[in-house]
Amino acid sequence: MGVSEQARPPVIATSRSLWQRFRDVLAPILASKVALVGLGLVSFWILAAIFAPLISPYGPLEQDPEAMNLGPSSKHPLGTDHLGRDLWTRLIYGARTILVLAPLSVLCALAIGTTLGLIGGYFGGWIDEIVMRILDAIMAFPVILLYLIIIVTLGPSAINVVIAITIAGAPGIARLVRSLTLDIRTREYIAAAELRGENPFYIMFVEILPNARGPIIVDAMLRIGYAVFAIGTLGFLGLGLPPPSPDWGSMVCKGRHYIWLNPCAVLWPSLAISSLVIGLNLFADGLREETMRYQ
Amino acid sequence: MENLETPVLQVKNLAISYQMRKSVVSAVRDVSFEIHRGEALGLVGESGCGKSTVAFGVVNFLDRNGRIDNGSILFRGQELRGRSSEELRRLRGDRISMVYQDPLSALNPSLRIGEQLREVLTVHRGLRKGKASKRSIEMLKQVYMPDPEAIMGRYPHQLSGGQQQRVVIAMALLNNPALLIMDEPTTALDVTVQASVLDLIAELRREFDTSLLYISHNLGVIAYVSDKVGVMYTGEIVERASVEDVFLEPMHPYTQALMRCVPKLGESKESSRLPPIKGRVPSPANLPLGCIFEPRCDNARESCRQKHPNLREPVPGHLIRCHCAEELAEEERQPPERLTPEMIERSMREDTGKPILRVEHVKTYYEQKNRSLTSLLGLGKKRYVKAVDDVSLEVPRGCTLGVVGESGCGKSTLAKTIVGLESPISGEMEFLGFDILPPVSKRDDKLVKELQMVFQNPESTLNPSFTVGYQIGRPLRCFTKYSRKEARKEVIRLLDAVRLDASYYSRLPRQLSGGEKQRVALARAIAGNPKLVVCDEPTSSLDVSVQAAILNLLLGLQEEYDITMLFISHDLSVIRFFSDYVAVMYLGKVCEIGPAEVIYSPPYHPYTEALLSAVPIPDPSADQKSIRLSGTVPSALNPPSGCPFHTRCPRKLGGVCEEQDPPRQTAAAGHYIYCHIPLEELRKMEAVVTLTKQESTKGVVDAS
Repeated sequence: MGVSEQARPPVIATSRSLWQRFRDVLAPILASKVALVGLGLVSFWILAAIFAPLISPYGPLEQDPEAMNLGPSSKHPLGTDHLGRDLWTRLIYGARTILVLAPLSVLCALAIGTTLGLIGGYFGGWIDEIVMRILDAIMAFPVILLYLIIIVTLGPSAINVVIAITIAGAPGIARLVRSLTLDIRTREYIAAAELRGENPFYIMFVEILPNARGPIIVDAMLRIGYAVFAIGTLGFLGLGLPPPSPDWGSMVCKGRHYIWLNPCAVLWPSLAISSLVIGLNLFADGLREETMRYQ
Repeated sequence: MENLETPVLQVKNLAISYQMRKSVVSAVRDVSFEIHRGEALGLVGESGCGKSTVAFGVVNFLDRNGRIDNGSILFRGQELRGRSSEELRRLRGDRISMVYQDPLSALNPSLRIGEQLREVLTVHRGLRKGKASKRSIEMLKQVYMPDPEAIMGRYPHQLSGGQQQRVVIAMALLNNPALLIMDEPTTALDVTVQASVLDLIAELRREFDTSLLYISHNLGVIAYVSDKVGVMYTGEIVERASVEDVFLEPMHPYTQALMRCVPKLGESKESSRLPPIKGRVPSPANLPLGCIFEPRCDNARESCRQKHPNLREPVPGHLIRCHCAEELAEEERQPPERLTPEMIERSMREDTGKPILRVEHVKTYYEQKNRSLTSLLGLGKKRYVKAVDDVSLEVPRGCTLGVVGESGCGKSTLAKTIVGLESPISGEMEFLGFDILPPVSKRDDKLVKELQMVFQNPESTLNPSFTVGYQIGRPLRCFTKYSRKEARKEVIRLLDAVRLDASYYSRLPRQLSGGEKQRVALARAIAGNPKLVVCDEPTSSLDVSVQAAILNLLLGLQEEYDITMLFISHDLSVIRFFSDYVAVMYLGKVCEIGPAEVIYSPPYHPYTEALLSAVPIPDPSADQKSIRLSGTVPSALNPPSGCPFHTRCPRKLGGVCEEQDPPRQTAAAGHYIYCHIPLEELRKMEAVVTLTKQESTKGVVDAS
């Protein structure tokens, strides 16, 4: 410390500026081409969903008996389905539901899984044993069977789809968080917090969780992709949203009856599902690579 | 003797750089040295000075982004630079061997020792398997491995760290190399093991007439093994001369400063403060234009800033990279005035009589998890690791108790037990008159505030997600009722107390150096104004110049805040420097405890004697007795009966040591030795270390 530095009045920024934080978050995404491609695919669907009424002149349920099972044309860029509904319109309105339901269910699963994982990993001992054995029991079921059981019991609706995906997804997240916690809790800053007499929940959520966020975020991105799949599958099986609503899964299901007559009705929703899932996976992969490199 | 004139290794103007993400960073510049047959050159410097890069450059093992930009490397007169790996292999043949820091990663964990040793001979020499085995066993005998035939059949993990390093050295010597490169081969080892490995290296060098390039950050080790020494600083050799010249008559200001940073064995805080080197090592991406040491040099002049000094030879055989060393040599060899002791005579301080911390017969055992069927059914016998086994000690108020011992002796567990991170199974612990047996979560808040800890690893001591300000402020929020504004002021005051300016408030840990992190950790520990701070090896992963600054800081804070300290370290010189009282631990037990100056002079416990004789002293003229321990530290799962040290004790009496616990003998007031040997016998011991010439240390070890 030179004299000149002491003479200067201390300038203290108590918190880092918003722009600085934003840049920190953005840096790994911009550094990876893979992540950027993924981000592009995902944001395409997000923008389409947000601006759906502006992009398309039709409504998602609007039927045109004159134009049934048509191929792409200037009036209907992606064609129409068996009831003469515009496929592009149904796709972007379908994106609205799927882009709300998938992240929502993953968020719920994250909340439950993270809490259980932190508790198991931090306390250890018999608490850990009980929590993990219960989660193991859930994981022992095939996921699709679990969905079916839950939805058949509760009835098909948007909320129940979220509940099903939450219950099926939470154990995996809990396992991940637990293993991260087991590692982080041996760090010396945790011992320092314990020596201050901190509440165990402060230690778990404030000291441990922020340092585990990297892998959790990457995992959550992948899980949103799985959730899109799951919602599509449930829709296809008729267990998703009730019929008239534009759901990518049920669009494939309805379209497959006319697959020889009008392959577009199956192709577009399938492509939509895969492009969104691929986008999310690429994004997660790029993010993981970059964050690993930063470490 | 035809080729005696040609050096075994001659490096001329070597420059190495690394391609980083955005820029090219020059790691080594203009390094020249030569090693003749049978000679040992020691390269010494702080972390990041490029000493390992030089070694890797010589054997062409640079990372993929590393490149030799300039210079030449002649091995027995043949240029190595710029050859293909096939040519290199032929030229170098099997005549250069290398030994790394971590022996476990140098050995293949899935192959038996025998196979790994034999492979060297069968591949390079084309020997038959039987003959190779015979040679390998001979070599193991030469590195003093007990029972070499059995060792051949073992896996690396079944050997201790010292034994593993012996195997690696044996493997390196199997080819009878002309040049042996050793990169910090003893850094991961305990002092007593290090001492015997160093003895081994010295002996083998005499026997095999091998040249040695020895790299270490430890001045004492370098003084012990080398004939010639090169001192490196940010990629350049700043001083190169014989070992005596470098250690006794250092000329370069950096070398002088470095020597002053290291506490010499026997130096104490009463006699001197350690003058740290100001500033920090410049980053290799942003080097000063003139002399690289100029920004940190106490005697820098205008000319130093403008012109980069070349290596020159003011005294025959003594090379330095400094413009004005001779002028300094006369006047300013001593540390600058302001850094000489300013302390009040501590011993004169009124003794309140009552110790602040009292630990009585404390035992902390860990249960060994056993997954066998019998134990799952609850039938098997439970096994315990006796980490702390019946330890008693007291710390008077305002003093420092140093706890010293080799790894696995239970000193860290003792610290954790006292602060309440581990629970003892029996014993008594009192702090400020309160019982502190329960773990920290069950202690009273007021008690929790008075007992804080500073940890060893600067990388994990701070939470990477929060700013420095938040982390120092958190204990204030826990323990005090400051308002936000007051708390922030207090944090800035604390930052100032650990000599960091207010701009550090909003930094994240990853923006700090190791020493700075440790300062923040210190500020965090003293934020609640504790009475007792436990320091668990706070400086052992720092460079010596940083260590000096942190030790000074600790001393200053201790004065200012009236803190009692429990200071744990494996470094006997640091403990001697820092502590008023010292406890020596071995296998979970205290074997000697007493005032520091008394511990470091006879009568000794035999273990203390061995430890002292193993400390590397950065003074080639020091006279040190050589007492080497045989065998390895027994497992704490099954410690020996009687005296735990009897299996390795060079002064063992006989059956009584194996059967009975050693009695506590009072050698002087407050000085206890746990040993069967009668005190009269112990008193006859001679001092282990006598420093013949040293101006700053008075009286040294034989203070009695």
